[in-house]
Amino acid sequence: MRGILGRKVGMTQLFDDSGQVIPVTIVEAGPCYVTQVKTVETDGYNAVQIGFEETPERKLTKGQRGHLAAAGAPNLRRLVELRYQGAPDLGLGDEIKADVFDQGDYVDVTGVSKGKGFAGVVKRHGFAGGPKTHGQSDRHRAPGSAGAGTTPGHTFPGMKGPGQMGNKRVTVQNVQVALVDPDRNLLAIKGSVPGPRGGLVLVREAVKKPRA
Amino acid sequence: MSNALMNSLQPEANPNIPQIRPGDTVRVYQRITEGRNQRIQIFQGVVIAQRGGKTPGATYTVRRTASHGVGVERTFPLYSKTVEKVEVLRNAKVRRAQLYYLRERQGKAARLKEKRFLRT
Repeated sequence: MRGILGRKVGMTQLFDDSGQVIPVTIVEAGPCYVTQVKTVETDGYNAVQIGFEETPERKLTKGQRGHLAAAGAPNLRRLVELRYQGAPDLGLGDEIKADVFDQGDYVDVTGVSKGKGFAGVVKRHGFAGGPKTHGQSDRHRAPGSAGAGTTPGHTFPGMKGPGQMGNKRVTVQNVQVALVDPDRNLLAIKGSVPGPRGGLVLVREAVKKPRA
Repeated sequence: MSNALMNSLQPEANPNIPQIRPGDTVRVYQRITEGRNQRIQIFQGVVIAQRGGKTPGATYTVRRTASHGVGVERTFPLYSKTVEKVEVLRNAKVRRAQLYYLRERQGKAARLKEKRFLRT
């Protein structure tokens, strides 16, 4: 599966050929290097490990340095594995640039969403909260009932409640690539992408490609 | 991070769009594509608002009074490729950046005082 790691830079607008405005997220993608090739014979499945972002040697352990040196890759901070259906078409040390994707390709973008902390049920699940007037006190953002009484005698698992929101791995599927420029390591993706500006994102070929 | 990357995507300014300000009466020439034909549509009115400075998403809103006193407003992206050119017909002395009060006015009350000295 084609893929590349990058950092989210921010959002802006582009104009398409017909003059329509398209909202895009700019991703500084690559260059990535192939750091390991796994095949059915060697590992029981097909995959390629790619690395991104150079880092000073002192930040890596000896083991990591050895692993990267074996691939002939520079010192990289982020490693990620991409599964392949058939035998990978990439070799050790190959460079991956933004042009693995073309304009118009459908991709899935994975990132870690912005953390919202411990959020209530109104923010986290879109509950309506309680009435705002008619003598209500302390009920404005309350979750309401969590279930019936003595029967069944407990709250059903999976009941929506307050808790940690965000800061979680999120994937947006089937978003289109609006612009590619390998020289500037630039990938413009139509729409929004999970995570804060400067966050690490993984752009992969769409798994559920829309029919053309 | 990569401010340079963002800046490199700043759209090129259209040389046929002069500096415009709220209160200006302008004529906007927009290219309209109908099937295979192209024609120029002209929209003339008063600039009542500008948003976003010179950022890629910047827009300006032009208001004109169509037949029967019906107000029509159109918001154009500053960097729209379909806008061929903009002509400034007159400048007016205005005391605010958004002239939304013109929406409540009709006829004589909707006039704006012309600037005596043209901007250079």
